[in-house]
Amino acid sequence: MCDTCGCSSEGGAVLRKPGLNDYHVHISESGHTHEHTHEHGHHHQGKSRTLVLEQDVLHKNNLLAERNRGYFEARNIFVLNFLSSPGSGKTSFLEKIIPALQHLVPVAVIEGDQQTTNDAERIQALGVPVIQINTGSGCHLDALMVNSAFKELELQNNSLLCIENVGNLVCPAMFDLGEALKVVIISVTEGDDKPLKYPNMFHEADLCILNKIDLLPFVDFDAGKCRENAMRVNHHLEWFEVSAKTGEGLDVWQEWIKNKLKQH
Amino acid sequence: MHEMSIALSIVETLEAKAREEGAGRISGIDLVIGKLAGIEPESLKFCFSAAAKGTLVEEAVLVIEEPEGLGECGECGRKFPVSFYYAECPGCRSLRVKIVSGEEFLIQSITIEDQEGE
Repeated sequence: MCDTCGCSSEGGAVLRKPGLNDYHVHISESGHTHEHTHEHGHHHQGKSRTLVLEQDVLHKNNLLAERNRGYFEARNIFVLNFLSSPGSGKTSFLEKIIPALQHLVPVAVIEGDQQTTNDAERIQALGVPVIQINTGSGCHLDALMVNSAFKELELQNNSLLCIENVGNLVCPAMFDLGEALKVVIISVTEGDDKPLKYPNMFHEADLCILNKIDLLPFVDFDAGKCRENAMRVNHHLEWFEVSAKTGEGLDVWQEWIKNKLKQH
Repeated sequence: MHEMSIALSIVETLEAKAREEGAGRISGIDLVIGKLAGIEPESLKFCFSAAAKGTLVEEAVLVIEEPEGLGECGECGRKFPVSFYYAECPGCRSLRVKIVSGEEFLIQSITIEDQEGE
């Protein structure tokens, strides 16, 4: 059974590379067998006992995420997990910032989408290593998918890895991937109350980027109010306003990332 | 719908536990899902019954405890119940509120039925 949606294993998450039609890796745990027992229908009355576990349900993902984090730390790879609703401009943002950062630091990208290698193709056109995770019917990336994906990427020491999560403001908030920071992107064509409607995501994020500010004159979106809402949910959030289309505000963000990479 | 993948991971964890313990089946599961954990208990229950089909936990009764969120004010130190992340301190109106509980998501305990020699 697929660990994401309950469908048959053919529906599970798959790694793909743009331009390589034959390349196709199913993500599964090694040695993971999903044995199902079909015992006869009645149960013998045996003794029953209670076991106290007090185990975190997300324990397995969290352990693997910490393993990823250890790998990234040892190789000095700074990892950002980009999160947003579909269509907020995650890929456009990456397309804009990668060419500006490439001469400073090697960059690699992991793309997450339910289907297609469209985003990976856009990133590959920039000349950086990229791999696509297709989650099938899954709604988020998890630590195992990222672990399988980065093994297929030739990551360099002292580099930057951008993970573009599946477009979704709910589920990806719960799954640690081993990143250094979570970046939530919101665009001005959405509502300025989005941080209040999806508080878990904004609460988990380390920075928030308001994108498409070139459209502000044409929409009823109050950037100040949105920022205030986001700060109410998470007062540690760092806030940026950019337009990935016109490049406005990107210099400020680039300064920020340069400083981060120096400190890292 | 992250509840489905979570339900599957609970089933997988508990099946492994049941085998380790040599149990015939699991008849009860106690979960703790804080009100701020980002998990919809009803949705999880629904997914659980599908995820558990054909496994040792298929007939387990799922009991979910949902502790309230508790916030602590970073200014005056007051502790008070919160139901959202954007809580305000009822004492000093500060927004510097730290969530101290309500984000738990645990398998608290399980009841297992030991196999009888056949």
